[in-house]
Amino acid sequence: MAHSAGANSLNGLQESSRTILDNYQSQVRTRRIYTIVSIVVFVIILGASLDFANSANSGKFFERLPYFFDFMKSFVPDSPLEIFRAMFDLPSPFSDGSIKYDYTSDRVWITDSFYIPNFFYQLAITLNIAIVSTILGASGAFMLCFFASTNLVGAGVTRWIVRRIMEIMRAFPEIVIAGLLAAILSIGPISAIIAVWVHTVGALGKLFFEVVENADMKPDEGLRAVGAGWIERVRFAILPQVLPNFVSYTLLRTEINVRASTIIGAVGGGGIGEVFSLSIGRDHAAKTYAIIILLLITVICVDQFSAWLRRRLIGKQSFEFGRGAA
Amino acid sequence: MSSVLTLDTAERNRLLTAYPDVFHRSFMQRWGLLLISAAVLIYLGFCFAFFNVIPTFVNGNWDRAAIYVQDWYSWRAQPRLRFQNDQVVPQWTSRRQYPEGADIDWLKPSADGSRYIVTFGSDADRLEVSPSRVDVYIDGKLYPVTITRDRASMLANAPAQMHQDDNKVNVYYGFAGQAEIRTSQVYVQRRFLGWANFFFDTQSPFWGHSLPEVIGLIFSGERLDANQSNASLAFDNFLNNASWQHGDILSKLMQTLVMAFVGTLFGTLVAFPLAFIGARNIMRSRAVNWGTKRLFDFLRSIDMLIWALFFTRAFGPGPLPGIAAIFCTDTGALGKVYAEALENIDDKQREGVKSVGAAPVAVQRFGVIPQVLPVFISQSLYFWESNTRSATVIGAVGAGGIGLKLLESMKTNSDWDKVAYMVLLILLVVFAFDNLSNALRSRVMGKKNH
Repeated sequence: MAHSAGANSLNGLQESSRTILDNYQSQVRTRRIYTIVSIVVFVIILGASLDFANSANSGKFFERLPYFFDFMKSFVPDSPLEIFRAMFDLPSPFSDGSIKYDYTSDRVWITDSFYIPNFFYQLAITLNIAIVSTILGASGAFMLCFFASTNLVGAGVTRWIVRRIMEIMRAFPEIVIAGLLAAILSIGPISAIIAVWVHTVGALGKLFFEVVENADMKPDEGLRAVGAGWIERVRFAILPQVLPNFVSYTLLRTEINVRASTIIGAVGGGGIGEVFSLSIGRDHAAKTYAIIILLLITVICVDQFSAWLRRRLIGKQSFEFGRGAA
Repeated sequence: MSSVLTLDTAERNRLLTAYPDVFHRSFMQRWGLLLISAAVLIYLGFCFAFFNVIPTFVNGNWDRAAIYVQDWYSWRAQPRLRFQNDQVVPQWTSRRQYPEGADIDWLKPSADGSRYIVTFGSDADRLEVSPSRVDVYIDGKLYPVTITRDRASMLANAPAQMHQDDNKVNVYYGFAGQAEIRTSQVYVQRRFLGWANFFFDTQSPFWGHSLPEVIGLIFSGERLDANQSNASLAFDNFLNNASWQHGDILSKLMQTLVMAFVGTLFGTLVAFPLAFIGARNIMRSRAVNWGTKRLFDFLRSIDMLIWALFFTRAFGPGPLPGIAAIFCTDTGALGKVYAEALENIDDKQREGVKSVGAAPVAVQRFGVIPQVLPVFISQSLYFWESNTRSATVIGAVGAGGIGLKLLESMKTNSDWDKVAYMVLLILLVVFAFDNLSNALRSRVMGKKNH
């Protein structure tokens, strides 16, 4: 049908042009059929997934929807000021002796008269977990990545092994590492650090070796020509090229790890995540809002600071595609 | 290669003036890296003290660690041999480890029936248990333990594998297991390599058959159950295996995958139109741009965890809160990335479409989308891939899926073999999805961009 329509309207075309037009139109048709078929398959998969999710959930979506805001309604602090009392560990006028309104006992005393509010202290722990594990993870990834890149390592075996190690490190569920270590070392930040560290080595290692593989090899050839060894070539030819990208990726990872250490905290790694899951579990509205506000501010600050630093280090192009492979 | 490089003064000065940035580098350029490294090391040292690393490691239960790690790839049978009325009666503690009246080759009554013999690996390492006395054989040598009313006591010349702990005696046989001899019972832990009862639990009629026998039964055996064929019975028994819970684990894994898939997909669908509103070069109104971008920031900066906890309270535990949490964060993150991609497009294509008098929608459709679609799809695939991993973690805070299952298994502290099984499944699935997403992405972007 398309053929005849095309032929009628384009009578003036030569035989060869018409063949091209026919072929073009038939390809367009095939493409449309493919598109429609894949959309149909997609919609079926989506429908099945939604149905499965709905039936596997303990509350059904449409049943629960009218009550959706009930939780928010019941989760209102007694007064807006209460949020700030909880945040700064000030005594509450609603105090009835229960831990819901008892903020002052959580103070962390530095000297006899100076204290840090508990949530700030826990936040500091979480931030330190994130920073330490990022530093350690970036060092680990830095040491591994040169052995995983095609342009620096001749032996396929080394490369294969290092890449698989990185894959396992990044795919291994963090909560399992944290849980195992929490069972051994008792609950605390160290298990969180190790869990996040392992993941960071895998995730950053992949990004790092991709940067190394894209490096310009001419400086390397120059150094090779004057008889430099492998370490010298890496140090003077590759490193100066890739370092800005490494730093940029590490900063991105810091942002992600701040969130990761919060989550690990919620499942037993200490820090603000643990306090948060406790307070939301016990319906302590004011405390929960205080923590949410603190977390929000922290994440925005970390994002902005790292964005500013990255912009200074390697200019705008490092922003084009967001966070990369997380 | 010991030639000495000599320069005359003129040449030296020429080089110095020609490349000032090489020979006269600023203080920060020369020492910056060293200073930063030093600061980082000091910081790490501070954290080392702040987090009490050494005391925590010293106080860690490392013997427990060894047991947990062995539990990943081996199986413990834990009978208690109780002394009742001058008889030894074996009792099974957990997980219905053997069916009633099973013939166990390492735990047998002696020929005269007065004692129970527990072998650890070989005949040279065994316990002969009777209510008044336990004969402990280590490497074929006998070290008797006498049991009185309030104390089990060993001889003074016993080797290091035996240990008197107050009024009980512990015997260690390495990997093969250990035993705790008390006044009222002997608590035996016998360890075997591999995952026991992985296919069929002890209640199943297929239990105890080797693989060829099971295959034989499935394809040609008599019906074990009159109502269904052997194949479906075997499948049913496998899925409902009481100790391994394959069916439950697979459905939880499926929930995790569904969470990542649907969450990312809905995030993409919502972020797509919003990104056009947020992009400065497409929507001219600054106020609308600003509002949309702040909406993205808000959705993104509240953590997936918080969304998950919030939606768990609304919908109850299960995959729905997981989907909703991933949807919220992904809308924020994808919206931002999409809007940035839109702001980086080449304007010429749009002007071309506009110049032939196309409507605004057509301008977007033919002038903008062809440029950004590969980037959009590629980014969504990245997020899908990474959400497959994150979905495991948010599952642990109550959003359903395999994360919750993992956490439950870990909390019991005895199901580490099940944890290992789930980890293997997760690794397999993550690898499969990574490769799928990579393959799709390189098709969308073209080989060179990948």
